[in-house]
Amino acid sequence: MSEPAVRRRTVIIDESFRVHHLLDRESVLGPVMLAPLLVYLVALVGLPLLLVIYYAFTDATTGSSAFSFTGLDTFQKTLADPVFRTALRNTVVFTLVAQVVVIVLATILGFVLSADFRGKWVVRFLILLPWTTPVALSALSWLWMLDSLFSPFNWILGSLHVIDEGTPVAWLGEDSLAVASVIGLQAWRTLPLAAVILMAGLTSIPPELNEQAEVDGAGFWRRFFDITMPLLAPIMMVAILFGIVATFTDMAAVYILTRGGPGYATQVLGSWSFYTGIQGGSLAQGAAIGIFMFPVLLGVCILMLRRASQTDVV
Amino acid sequence: MAEVEVREIRKTFGAGNPAVDGISLTCEDGEYLVLLGPSGCGKTTLLRMIAGLEHPTGGDILIGGRSVRGLPPRARKIAMVFQSYALYPHKRVEQNISFPLEAQGLSREERLEKVKWASGLLGIGHLLQRKPRQLSGGERQRVALARALVREPQVFLLDEPLSNLDAKLRASARLELKQFQQRVGISTIYVTHDQVEAMGLGDRIAVLNLGRLQQIGTPEEIYHQPANTFVATFVGSPPMNLLQRDGKIIGFRPENVELEKEAASRDDATIIRSRVLRVENLGADRYIYLRVKDDKGDTNIIAKLPIDHPLKVAADDDADLVVRRRHLRVFDRESGAKVAA
Repeated sequence: MSEPAVRRRTVIIDESFRVHHLLDRESVLGPVMLAPLLVYLVALVGLPLLLVIYYAFTDATTGSSAFSFTGLDTFQKTLADPVFRTALRNTVVFTLVAQVVVIVLATILGFVLSADFRGKWVVRFLILLPWTTPVALSALSWLWMLDSLFSPFNWILGSLHVIDEGTPVAWLGEDSLAVASVIGLQAWRTLPLAAVILMAGLTSIPPELNEQAEVDGAGFWRRFFDITMPLLAPIMMVAILFGIVATFTDMAAVYILTRGGPGYATQVLGSWSFYTGIQGGSLAQGAAIGIFMFPVLLGVCILMLRRASQTDVV
Repeated sequence: MAEVEVREIRKTFGAGNPAVDGISLTCEDGEYLVLLGPSGCGKTTLLRMIAGLEHPTGGDILIGGRSVRGLPPRARKIAMVFQSYALYPHKRVEQNISFPLEAQGLSREERLEKVKWASGLLGIGHLLQRKPRQLSGGERQRVALARALVREPQVFLLDEPLSNLDAKLRASARLELKQFQQRVGISTIYVTHDQVEAMGLGDRIAVLNLGRLQQIGTPEEIYHQPANTFVATFVGSPPMNLLQRDGKIIGFRPENVELEKEAASRDDATIIRSRVLRVENLGADRYIYLRVKDDKGDTNIIAKLPIDHPLKVAADDDADLVVRRRHLRVFDRESGAKVAA
């Protein structure tokens, strides 16, 4: 009776030992751990990217599986389209303005976050909240906040007698207000990440440097612009690059808030590519529009990688 | 140049024990005053309060006879050198040195002239175009000193400036620091936990412990006439030997001991029976570890004898310790304070 039991136990130990042994080898463990990421990158990023580039040189539509190669024809059509040019300009302007707003506010918030005061965690929690919310959800709540009838902004401004309560502001109905609203939303949602990045940057600056500058006779502004800012610049660059990627490629904010309207006033590359390629059915032209994001993103990527390899900050 | 006086100064962080608990002392005009104490004794906090980087909870600070309690650091005409030297990493050496001058609003010509003067004085003229990370530890110290010097401050405040240097460099840097201060003649307050630095650099030493001033005096006074058992054991290496006898604490320096196999009783010396535990040869000196009986029971003490001094005892021998009365210090058993012999 005892003999088979003993033999079985030996086998079990052997088996687990072999699995262990295999995973102990870095040449096995490495690829095993990397595999999910590689599958994800190839299937959901790499292949679609190649497909988009391919489609852009064809006359593909969503209606038929047959298409032919047309060379640069689609690009010419795209460039001639005034809506595309509006979308391109909007994308650049929205991104730049939002990032300027974000960097100024995030620097201030970075100081607040790295300062020591009572109830610090509540403030940190509130600042981080927009970042943890999916874009679609937060855009929906902003849609309500900016609604011409139910907007709390209108209610507050009305109560303060800044505007006439009888004629509420149509936040998303007027060109300039809609543009401001979209930029506001983009700034609002990329602000937390930038603030956290800048907080990390601020805490990495040795406090003696500021104290030394204080003893050396520098006032607040000189310390800020001559000591803190130059030391913060590399990490600020990282925050800006993240913000550019998030804003430049985003379509959800525009799609939910304004649908590109009024007219085409808030159309951006992401949304216009979607409307043309998916809803309009012109897959080739949608792809061509999307490709115009590529050079900017490539540039950002190169800057980021170069930044990452420069580690001699202090 | 000015004298610095602190009066009954106190600093409490949060609810804990005070970091600085009512210290009064004066650094005379042109004096090199060393604040010496173990970590956490309040010496750095005291220095930071003089600099204006911490606000005292109580008491007053006077520089040149004027209270500076309400003044920000930049209005106090002081220069500080931090432990890390705190060189601005993004600025070249030249820009580092001229930073305080820019803050003063000096013209470019004046700044250049002063940078040239200070860097010449410290022998770093050839480093002006380098970034701090391209400098060695000793060069960094000189740059930090040059930056402190160009302001022509009333007082230098130095916070453990040698502790980041390796042991070899430290001795030469100490010499440089002292020569530098003697040349410029500016009152200097120097914080350290290293008693060798304190003894070697200070005109006077203020020994601090637990936020309180234990003793202030010349290195000779601190070493030979310690005010209490803390000072006696903190200064000197190996520290002063302490024994409890007849309800008092007696103390004597390791080098003031003679060892004999069998000593006859004498009027001018105290003789203590001991047992040799171990003899250590350190090149120039020997350390002899001994065990003696006192009121508490067994106590270990150390004797330090020059190597050319004939040693008549070996490990596991019994030996008589002979301590001359003039070398004997007596302390109160309860308070540890020095009492008359």
